Amino acid sequence: MSRLDETFAQLKIEGRKALITFITAGDPDLDATPDLVETLAESGADIVELGVPFSDPLADGPTIQAASLRALAQGTTLKKIIAMVKEIRRRTEIPLVLMTYYNPVYRYGLEKFVADAAAAGVDGLIVPDLPLEESEELRRLAVEKLAVIPLAAPTTPDARLSKIVAAGRGFLYYVTVTGITGTRTRLPEELSQSLDRVKKIAGELPLAAGFGISTPEQASTVGAHADAIIVGSALVEIVAQHGATVVGRQKLSDRVKALRLSLDII
Amino acid sequence: MIVPNEKGYFGAYGGRFVPETLIAALDELTKAYEQYRHDQDFQEELKEWLANYCGRPTALYRAKRLARELGIKEIYLKREDLAHTGAHKINNTMGQALLARRMGKKRLIAETGAGQHGVATATAAALFGLECEIYMGEKDIERQAMNVYRMDLLGAKVIPVTSGSRTLKDATNEAIRDWVTNVGHTHYIIGSVVGPHPYPLIVRDLQRVIGIEAREQILEQSGALPDYVFACVGGGSNAIGIFHPFLEDDLKMVGVEAAGSGLESGAHSAPLCVGEPGVLHGSLSYLLQTEDGQIKEAHSISAGLDYPGVGPEHSYLRDQGRVEYIGVTDDQALTALRLLCRTEGIIPALESAHALAGVVAQANLLKEKTVLINLSGRGDKDVATLAALKKGEEK
Repeated sequence: MSRLDETFAQLKIEGRKALITFITAGDPDLDATPDLVETLAESGADIVELGVPFSDPLADGPTIQAASLRALAQGTTLKKIIAMVKEIRRRTEIPLVLMTYYNPVYRYGLEKFVADAAAAGVDGLIVPDLPLEESEELRRLAVEKLAVIPLAAPTTPDARLSKIVAAGRGFLYYVTVTGITGTRTRLPEELSQSLDRVKKIAGELPLAAGFGISTPEQASTVGAHADAIIVGSALVEIVAQHGATVVGRQKLSDRVKALRLSLDII
Repeated sequence: MIVPNEKGYFGAYGGRFVPETLIAALDELTKAYEQYRHDQDFQEELKEWLANYCGRPTALYRAKRLARELGIKEIYLKREDLAHTGAHKINNTMGQALLARRMGKKRLIAETGAGQHGVATATAAALFGLECEIYMGEKDIERQAMNVYRMDLLGAKVIPVTSGSRTLKDATNEAIRDWVTNVGHTHYIIGSVVGPHPYPLIVRDLQRVIGIEAREQILEQSGALPDYVFACVGGGSNAIGIFHPFLEDDLKMVGVEAAGSGLESGAHSAPLCVGEPGVLHGSLSYLLQTEDGQIKEAHSISAGLDYPGVGPEHSYLRDQGRVEYIGVTDDQALTALRLLCRTEGIIPALESAHALAGVVAQANLLKEKTVLINLSGRGDKDVATLAALKKGEEK
């Protein structure tokens, strides 16, 4: 069983929700990323999503755009990120998911990417600009090696969602809003109902909700209707302000612990 | 083979590489387009607007003095510069605005580089009473100030884009982000034959009017088809528009990319000449990119060609060998622009000057030939850039 599947199976037994945390790899620099991942893991994250910086991140809001630019300015590349994952694996067994736009992977070569990433200890892959119809080859190559995690949106019709779920591995990433990543003070009013509807179709595939969730209150509200919540921009913002300093890691830890607590009281 | 196929592929290129949120909207657009592309009422209405509002057919003009100057037998200019708003872009925006209206969309958004597509979108929005917002890179806002004022006069809101290279690529990113957010009531009018399926197909079909007219006109005026067709290629809409109706004919076609400071300098916008396939803005096509798959910044003196990607059908035609793609530098384009001004009394857009410069560069091969050039737009918008250059040269 893969690390991802094991984590969700274990949480299910315990009756707990998964906390998925996102940071951009290489921000503030690649040496700091393993430290930050360790902080996230120790503070109660169940899964870590590592963003691969891209020059044109069209699904991302200003916070993650800026993090991508900082990482690229430090010379971060997909190749270096995969090498860095080996270092993370010396320290923690937390499931790791890469979130990357398609072009860096396409350019790397799909087959080589799957082999290298899996060998380094990557468990899954989220590609926001690779919808179901375009991901066939990647999914075929990734079987038994990497979970290609599908995305669904509020605009996805039920029939299409069933197909997405059937092809999906790891978990289903439900985008809570029609929009781009970034913190929001308000989430859609109908979100709970949408999640309940999606959950029915998702069946055994764990349902994770992401985009716009930043506060413990939002985490518990959304978490009540999903198997996992994903928090990104709010954490990236902390790294933006404090880097991987002692203070930065403390603040990151505090936020993750608060989110953890809010999920555990559901 | 009929291209694109139902998944939007032209051979190996095209497709739909967009966030899941947009798939439903692209399906809706595909369905609407399939319905209206064969709908007689829709086609009649579009034809009427193009004729009485946009001034189509545009003239085909035989440029004798230019031909004599270059030692070429015959040169014909397809005068898209004479279309309403000053460029071919209006052909696309009128068609897409009519489509948006039929689909019940209340708001139009667009990206723009030189501002011609922004102006053409703002024009259609004003005409049909639709809300309109245009994304434009800060750098382009500076160098194409006149078009910014035109959009403002037409009631559109111009949103400056400060990210990345602050040009067309980044404006497109922002327009896509807007569309993802407001997809319910907004139609995104992409300005070229780029983007996810069905855009490269829709824009091509709407721009084919250029080639259809030119083919009839040149047969009527010269009694024969041309030997060569030249057009500039940024995203490639004016080029596809003039090339497509000639694809089955026995003649040569040349797409001219912006070689900027030179192809070997790295500062250019010539993905078909020296790029590699990759994914940007929703489709797989030739791209300027690093070894690591990051998109490189393009460079061209012409804001409309300053883009690191190109439409997927051009990538297909390149690999097929059906169209030859070459690059001309900023300097070559400027020289050609001045030549046309002085021999024919026509000030072309800097974009279109690249097509002319391609002909100038290959003039010794064209001596006994009849050449058709797509003069895609007029140069009024570039006068400030040209004046600043002249001032610099005089110092």
